[in-house]
Amino acid sequence: MEKQVLLTIKGLQIEGRSGDAWHPIVKGVDLTLHKGEVLGLIGESGAGKSTLGLAAMGFARDGCRISGGTIDFDGIDLRQAPEAQRRGLRGKRIAYVAQSAAASFNPSHKLIDQYCEGPVVHGVMPRKNAESDAVELYRRMRLPNPEDIGFRYPHQVSGGQLQRAMTAMAMACRPDLIIFDEPTTALDVTTQIEVLAAIRDIVRQFGTAAIYITHDLAVVAQMADRIKVLLRGDEVEEADTRSMLAAPKQDYTKSLWAVRSFARAAQPQATGTPVVSVRNVTAGYGAVDVLKDISFDIHAGRTVAVVGESGSGKSTTARVITGLLSPRQGEVLMGGKPLPSSFKARSRDELRQCQMIYQMADTALNPKLRLRELIGRPAEMYLGLKGKALEARIRDLLTLIELEPDKYIDRFPGELSGGQKQRIGIARALAAEPQLIICDEVTSALDQIVQEGILKLLDRLQRELNLAFMFITHDLATVKSIADEVVVMQNGAVVERGPKAALFSAPQEAYTNLLLSSVPEMDPDWLNRLLAARGEHA
Amino acid sequence: MADIWRMIGRRLLLGILTLFVISLVIFGATELLPGDLARELLGQSATEETLAALREQLGLNDPAPLRYLKWLMGVLQGDFGVSMATQKPIAELVGARLGNTMFLALYAAALAIPLSLVLGILAALWRNSIFDRASNALALTSISFPEFFVAYILVLWLAQTGIFPSMVRITGSTTFGDRLYMSFLPALTLTLVVTAHMMRMTRAAIINLLASPYIEMARLKGMSPLRVVLRHAVPNALAPIINVVALNLAYLITGVVIVEVVFVYPGLGQLMVDAVTNRDIAVVQAIALIFATAYVLLNLIADVMSTITNPRLMHRR
Amino acid sequence: MTIFLSLIVGLALFFAIGISARAAFRTLAPDHQKPTFRDMPLTASFGIAIILVYVLVSLLGPVIAPFGEGEVVGAQYLPWAAPHYLGTDKLGRDMLTRLVYGARNTVGIAFATTILAFVVGSVLGIWAALVGGWVDNWMSRFVDALMAIPALIFSLLLLTIFGTSVLTLILVIAAVDATRVYRLARSVAQDIVVMDYIEAARLRGENNWRLIRREILPNAMAPLVAEFGLRFCFVFLAISALSFLGLGIKPPTADWGSMVRENATLIAFGDVTPLLPAGAIALLTVAVNFVVDWQLHRASGLKE
Repeated sequence: MEKQVLLTIKGLQIEGRSGDAWHPIVKGVDLTLHKGEVLGLIGESGAGKSTLGLAAMGFARDGCRISGGTIDFDGIDLRQAPEAQRRGLRGKRIAYVAQSAAASFNPSHKLIDQYCEGPVVHGVMPRKNAESDAVELYRRMRLPNPEDIGFRYPHQVSGGQLQRAMTAMAMACRPDLIIFDEPTTALDVTTQIEVLAAIRDIVRQFGTAAIYITHDLAVVAQMADRIKVLLRGDEVEEADTRSMLAAPKQDYTKSLWAVRSFARAAQPQATGTPVVSVRNVTAGYGAVDVLKDISFDIHAGRTVAVVGESGSGKSTTARVITGLLSPRQGEVLMGGKPLPSSFKARSRDELRQCQMIYQMADTALNPKLRLRELIGRPAEMYLGLKGKALEARIRDLLTLIELEPDKYIDRFPGELSGGQKQRIGIARALAAEPQLIICDEVTSALDQIVQEGILKLLDRLQRELNLAFMFITHDLATVKSIADEVVVMQNGAVVERGPKAALFSAPQEAYTNLLLSSVPEMDPDWLNRLLAARGEHA
Repeated sequence: MADIWRMIGRRLLLGILTLFVISLVIFGATELLPGDLARELLGQSATEETLAALREQLGLNDPAPLRYLKWLMGVLQGDFGVSMATQKPIAELVGARLGNTMFLALYAAALAIPLSLVLGILAALWRNSIFDRASNALALTSISFPEFFVAYILVLWLAQTGIFPSMVRITGSTTFGDRLYMSFLPALTLTLVVTAHMMRMTRAAIINLLASPYIEMARLKGMSPLRVVLRHAVPNALAPIINVVALNLAYLITGVVIVEVVFVYPGLGQLMVDAVTNRDIAVVQAIALIFATAYVLLNLIADVMSTITNPRLMHRR
Repeated sequence: MTIFLSLIVGLALFFAIGISARAAFRTLAPDHQKPTFRDMPLTASFGIAIILVYVLVSLLGPVIAPFGEGEVVGAQYLPWAAPHYLGTDKLGRDMLTRLVYGARNTVGIAFATTILAFVVGSVLGIWAALVGGWVDNWMSRFVDALMAIPALIFSLLLLTIFGTSVLTLILVIAAVDATRVYRLARSVAQDIVVMDYIEAARLRGENNWRLIRREILPNAMAPLVAEFGLRFCFVFLAISALSFLGLGIKPPTADWGSMVRENATLIAFGDVTPLLPAGAIALLTVAVNFVVDWQLHRASGLKE
């Protein structure tokens, strides 16, 4: 039986303003959605996914405008309809679930007040019914204490629960269509599973159509019936989920699929004195211990990945090694000799040996300095290079990170792309000629294809310069591709550590197992199998 | 709830501590003078006898800490000492005038606060419209005007035609209605000056929030622009708005000095200017302390109120 | 009636000056600056034009002014007629001449005061934010306490103690204003100090002086420059207010605030002459505020 068409978008064009000029964000995209169908929109940042999703509600953000095409929702022309009519549809027949529930719930009102606002204002049901309905939906979303949770303020509820409460709120008027805009991107992997399962179930139960926006292929594989791939505002291809996964047609789609295949060649077991050893470190802020008795080694030419969810103490470990936080107990050794606990007490050479690359290149590079000074300063300071020698060194470094010296040496960071900025961060670390580089979530803010470039570069540099890397990340796919050894952390303690291959194939600890199994796989049946295996859900 | 009381208690303590520091500054400022205060006040031509008499009267022969303690004890009991210029107790000089100044400030506040909040919210609601731009330019203009300029323009315009009096004479028998009528021009001057500020800052506080994801969420739930602003933006903008109001009420305190002089209004500001001209240091210290106390109290109230309106502080995890 | 007439004339002048100034900036600006002026609002071009006029007048004062600064040239309170185009004041000095000299005195003193307040306040504020700890804590507590005394009241207290001369006036207002600058500079610097690039520079082993000079100051410039404009307005208004109260710049030095005070009696007779210096104060403050508002708007627009 052919299903009824709910939403038809034809030749949609959306423009965004920068200064006085309008530049295209979405360049003539077509989209058809049937009742009860889930369409996955996938693409990297700047692909126009969110803008397209919002346009399905007849909505354009401030500074954007819909400049061409038609949007037909169940016989209503959303571009021509008066604003009042569009407003009547939003929240009632088309609902929205935002990326960050913590930021998208109004901090001043209780969850249930925000839930009831839609049904009451749209005249769907009176407040009393809406309240009891809310409890029912909270229960279906498998929220703990469904009777009471609505009477809390957003800051009193955890991120994963908020995301489920927001999905419940979107369901309040039983809409025909829900737009999910990266609903699990901000969550930890173990939390993500619960939210994904809850969202999928409720959408199926009510037969709601959905547009599911994400950059994560494995996630969309679990959620969508069909997948549409976008690139810079254009459609690349569209197909039903299984055939898209099995046989992508376009080169771009193939390259997206291929990213996960990069893996560093296996290294022999490291021997000798480690570059850095963390010995029984306990540290924290105020009276709270954030790190509890941490120990591990990093050898030259090897990458140690420190993995854990938010709040596990990964970044605090880096702060102890760099000397920003002095441990209460334990010590950090460099080349077998203890380092002073505070960076202020370390010698210039000790500071030089350990460099850092940050997650957000935007805040890690002073926007008012030219690349020449950004990269040149460590070389000038630590190695005493001046004049011609310094200039030559800066040019070498730029070449090393695959940026053309003549073109880039006098630019400001603001004139670079995200991936290029991260490369400058790497060059700055290399300029000091260190033994150890700490990489703090260096690829998290980047698109997958750019991520791969950075990982390959780091791998090449490590082989050429025999560097030791400490790689802090929450992303297990990154760990798989670049690590030699893995340290798994939870609540400030090391749960398990060992060579990558051993740890991935036979995890010894329950938490490691949970963490590893929670990483979505590119198989549409993965979520079903996992839930069945965990016995949580049929 | 216990947290809230502890927090309010801490703010109160901090307020008292601030007042203590202020009293030290106000009193101690005289100690910054390199030479002898008595000679500085009386000038080079003063005779030894008059200098000695003044030193005696100011208690300059005592060591500074002792003088400070005496002064503070007196102040705490409502005794500010004696005015040098008039030889009258300062408490007596200040008494009635304090009431008049409070009346004027409250009068202006009663006009300005509702006006500026409504205008600020409307400007935020209709941002980038003609109304918004015009009110923004007007507000900027009126912020830029010296108070005496605004006052004299009003005098030229409204007092020349005889609608409102340009001077304020308040006696014991003045009725409340007459008071309102006679003080209208000074109150209007102050209103014009502070409304612009409050309106701009209210608008900014709300517009700041309009970029938040939860405002977009409210719009995507199909809420009307008015409801989005009133129910979703304003509750979260309360803390900054309360602080803006407190800041401007405190600014009224400064504003009254000039307005009182222009309209010959019998208030503290007028008294203070006379005292500065006569270098009647004890009176100046007393009034400065009163104004500073009012300022600290206003900020304290604003602090407590913005604490109460913040659900993150009211409802802990 | 006169009010409405003057309103209309004022608006017409505003648009005329604004539009022609904008056209002039667009043609005169060097090419890479052109986009800056292309979408500038009328208020801003008007503001810049007015500020330029004030700067010219205060620089060329003695050349432009028809008479001497303190020169008694005729009877008191002469009406507006040649050669005294704006009449004379209560001592029979030429009003136009004194207005021109006032630009030099009032604006010059306000400018010097602002610079003093700025240097002291911003250096201390940035330093406090960078060093943190007890230095920052104690300094900020003390400044908070000082700020709890309203600015005008604190100035009056200090002027009572130190007497009223131009030098004490500058020092007193600068001291009072430096507390406000300190607060802003500290909060701007605090936002910068938490950035990763500052952490990176610290871990590299850079000293505080270099951190301030190369890492913090370049990033704090935009808000500090806007604040300079605002602070100038406050200082300018404060000095005028004190002069108006008879406690600031004293006659025979021509100063706009005290000129209003000297001739205020005329207002009771419906004469607007005493309001001219007040208007001169207002016009400059409006102009500066317009420009600052534009700059702030641009800065916030660039962020998004």
